[in-house]
Amino acid sequence: MTSARRLGPFNLAALAAGFALLYLPILALAVYSFNDGRMVAVWSGWSLRWYRSLIDNRLMLDSARVTLAAGAVSATLALVAGTAAALVLARAGRFLGRSAFAGLVYVPLVMPEVIIGISLLLLFVQLDLDRGFPTLVVAHASFSAAFVTVVVHSRLVTVDRSIEEAALDLGSPPAKTFFLVTVPMIAPAMAAAWLLAFTLSLDDLVIASFATGPGATTLPMRVYSQVRLGVTPEINAISTLFIAAVAGVVALASLVNKGLLFGRK
Amino acid sequence: MAPAFLAIDEVAKSFAGVSAVDGVTLAIERGEIFALLGPSGCGKSTLLRMIAGFEAPDAGRIVLDGEDLGPLPPYRRPVNMMFQSYALFPHMTVAGNIAFGLKQEGLPAPAIGRRVAEMLRLVRLEGLAERRPHQLSGGQRQRVALARALAKRPKLVLLDEPLAALDRKLREETQFELLAIHRRLGTTFVIVTHDQDEAMTLAHRLAVMDRGRVVQVGPPREVYEHPATRFVATFIGTANLLDGRVTDAAGGVMRVESAAAAAELSVLHDGAVPPGAAVSVAVRPEKLRLGNGMENTLTGEVEELAFRGDATLCRVRLSSGVPVTLSLPNRERTGAFLPRPGERTRLGFAAADAVLLTS
Amino acid sequence: MSGAGRRLLIAAAAAWLAFVVLAPFLIVLKISFAEVMQGRPPFTPLFAWAEGALLPSLRASLANYALLLSDSLYLDSYLSSLRLAALATLSALVIGLPMAHAMARAPQRWRPALLVFAVLPFWSSSLIRVYAWIGILNDDGPFNALLLWLGVIARPLAILNTDIGIVSGLVYSYLPFMVLPLYASLERIDPALLEAASDLGCRPAGAFFKITLPLALPGIIAGCLLVFIPAVGEFVVPDLMGGSDTLMIGKTLWTEFFNNRDWPLASAASVLLILLLVGPIVVLERQGSKRAEERS
Repeated sequence: MTSARRLGPFNLAALAAGFALLYLPILALAVYSFNDGRMVAVWSGWSLRWYRSLIDNRLMLDSARVTLAAGAVSATLALVAGTAAALVLARAGRFLGRSAFAGLVYVPLVMPEVIIGISLLLLFVQLDLDRGFPTLVVAHASFSAAFVTVVVHSRLVTVDRSIEEAALDLGSPPAKTFFLVTVPMIAPAMAAAWLLAFTLSLDDLVIASFATGPGATTLPMRVYSQVRLGVTPEINAISTLFIAAVAGVVALASLVNKGLLFGRK
Repeated sequence: MAPAFLAIDEVAKSFAGVSAVDGVTLAIERGEIFALLGPSGCGKSTLLRMIAGFEAPDAGRIVLDGEDLGPLPPYRRPVNMMFQSYALFPHMTVAGNIAFGLKQEGLPAPAIGRRVAEMLRLVRLEGLAERRPHQLSGGQRQRVALARALAKRPKLVLLDEPLAALDRKLREETQFELLAIHRRLGTTFVIVTHDQDEAMTLAHRLAVMDRGRVVQVGPPREVYEHPATRFVATFIGTANLLDGRVTDAAGGVMRVESAAAAAELSVLHDGAVPPGAAVSVAVRPEKLRLGNGMENTLTGEVEELAFRGDATLCRVRLSSGVPVTLSLPNRERTGAFLPRPGERTRLGFAAADAVLLTS
Repeated sequence: MSGAGRRLLIAAAAAWLAFVVLAPFLIVLKISFAEVMQGRPPFTPLFAWAEGALLPSLRASLANYALLLSDSLYLDSYLSSLRLAALATLSALVIGLPMAHAMARAPQRWRPALLVFAVLPFWSSSLIRVYAWIGILNDDGPFNALLLWLGVIARPLAILNTDIGIVSGLVYSYLPFMVLPLYASLERIDPALLEAASDLGCRPAGAFFKITLPLALPGIIAGCLLVFIPAVGEFVVPDLMGGSDTLMIGKTLWTEFFNNRDWPLASAASVLLILLLVGPIVVLERQGSKRAEERS
């Protein structure tokens, strides 16, 4: 009954202003990526020339490949590690050091990126690992696993435990119960978590700068070094592509998590 | 005729083109407990929310004690509501909740303290003034909500399903408590409920609502014993409906040829019904008796017995194939008087104990 | 879950966390007591085995911490980080509260879409969003063009490379972090509570301060911390939007690490930053677990 209520003018204005603040800069960026002129601020007609020049940019293409590969591998690693941690938190009951465990799980969510980056780099140095693609993957997995844990855990706690108990009661051993009963029920959350871990990896600049080495430069690192030199239409073009891709992945993830794609029941 | 204390006049409300309340007119007297009774979606809650001011009527007027409530926002109406969910403020203590409305009035602190103490005494929660709502049991929360709605001494108290969240035992106790509180204060109560027992125990008068309209208004006994329609007869209590056609009307006794009963029935009825009209004869289960010698006698086969403690429900399939239910009081402890399933039996009822329904 | 499988799962997950979360921080702590030197790795070992000695000798140095606490560059970096992050948090609250409130009061069927659009920017690269924001605030960007056109100013405002520029960049970057917990706690408030307040004689504005705000307090605290904590250590915003004289600890750390290659000093600075943030993080954690308890 209360849903019949309409928003007042004050609320509408707050919504409009808030979303304008969030989206107008991105919209402006996207519009100017189609600008024909070299000056970003002066409009000189529609054109795709900056997108064409991207295609010829070997360095950018190489970085894009590295970024996508690192995203996919690190998201998969994060999915396994993060789901295991979520299972421990949701299903393992009490054990010695549980609160320390929970603390460690969520630390990467709140730590400044610079510190995560420095600490991982020092770990790799201490282990005498050469920095490159593998260390990049581990670094990204280490913080995106925390996000996976949040997403999967929040789904796990809503799963009716009596369904798992019913499977055990009917003679299915715990490991088999997990794969046959629990995983199908949390699959949408796991799919969403993978996609989110993937985008986190795609977006990251700071941690990648610390964790990677020569030969594995990510796209955000390339963009960053160009942005430092100033605003150019070419960066607008690559940023637009990037945002479109990420928005697509996130939309997919939220559809999956709502059960609209894979079905929840 | 003097205008009623609360006059609801041709009030209508629809949501997105769907009519929720459809031309309701009611007159509620000062000091009475009035119940709005009906199934969910019948419009009773919408009507209550319009009296409180949370919804504006599309048409019609609501006048309280001579004052048109229409232009008043909820916070200016001399009406307080006890919410179905109780809607207790979780960040305030019991005393804080009860005092909330008094503070809005700008009452001085000592007066607020006295009134809160008085209300706590009234609902017997003296020791719990400093508790938070989440530290209370369901029954205690219910009483805080009641105290909060009474604290401002409103002209009218609205109670939205006041007992629905309580378990059965507590509900029975609370009914009597509510009646005692009402007797002490004399405030006018309007109760919304879907529970006929609740409405019949509490209310002096009740209005049965169906699909946005008031179907019948009256004291509980009158509505129960003289239901105006088939809907009222079956919604309030249970009724066996035997369909048929009027064959003869003479001297206040209707003759009804009923295929369902496989008999011609006689029923006392005041109004005029033309011969040939399709009617239902409604008989309450406790008005049906086993055996011979009543004005209306039927035959059938006993199918099931259900022991209820004070009575045993007996389901009989009449020779027409229509099932009816009897309520047989358990006057003896042995139950030897009860028929057995499969037994053929005669049963009947008096002409004065049935009601003729035309709609 | 019980028995060997459970123990194995706990052990595996704990080992992962120990490796990627705990160990790195312990190493940072260790190196913060070392001294910088030429070589690979570019710092002295903490333990040294003297010829023939049974136990290693500890070579911990507090020099890095002493330097941090005496050098005005670092002290200023910490202080101005805290100041700018606090300003940004406050601004984000002022902007985010009406927005989250409107979202929570919007018709039920709009809410999922509003939520997705409020969160979406969080998932797009913060680098790109900062870049977009720079485009808006540029001397010849739309913001200045608008002000010039309105006649508010005669010459373009130099917003970039100022503290205001940094605060605006932080707000723009972290606004979703504020809106999300605010929305979550506002949305959970039963509308019947506001009706009850109104029924008891309270005007809508009064009900906002007496009912809505106190009940949204957990969300307000969470939102403020979620903005404040990462904003203190932020690198991209001060690096791209700050002037040469703006100091924020995230940028200073980066410079120390990559340009000066003084890893022990950067480690010590990290340890101090973590200590600075422990308080807020613990409060945030408490809020989270309290809410989880209420839900169960």
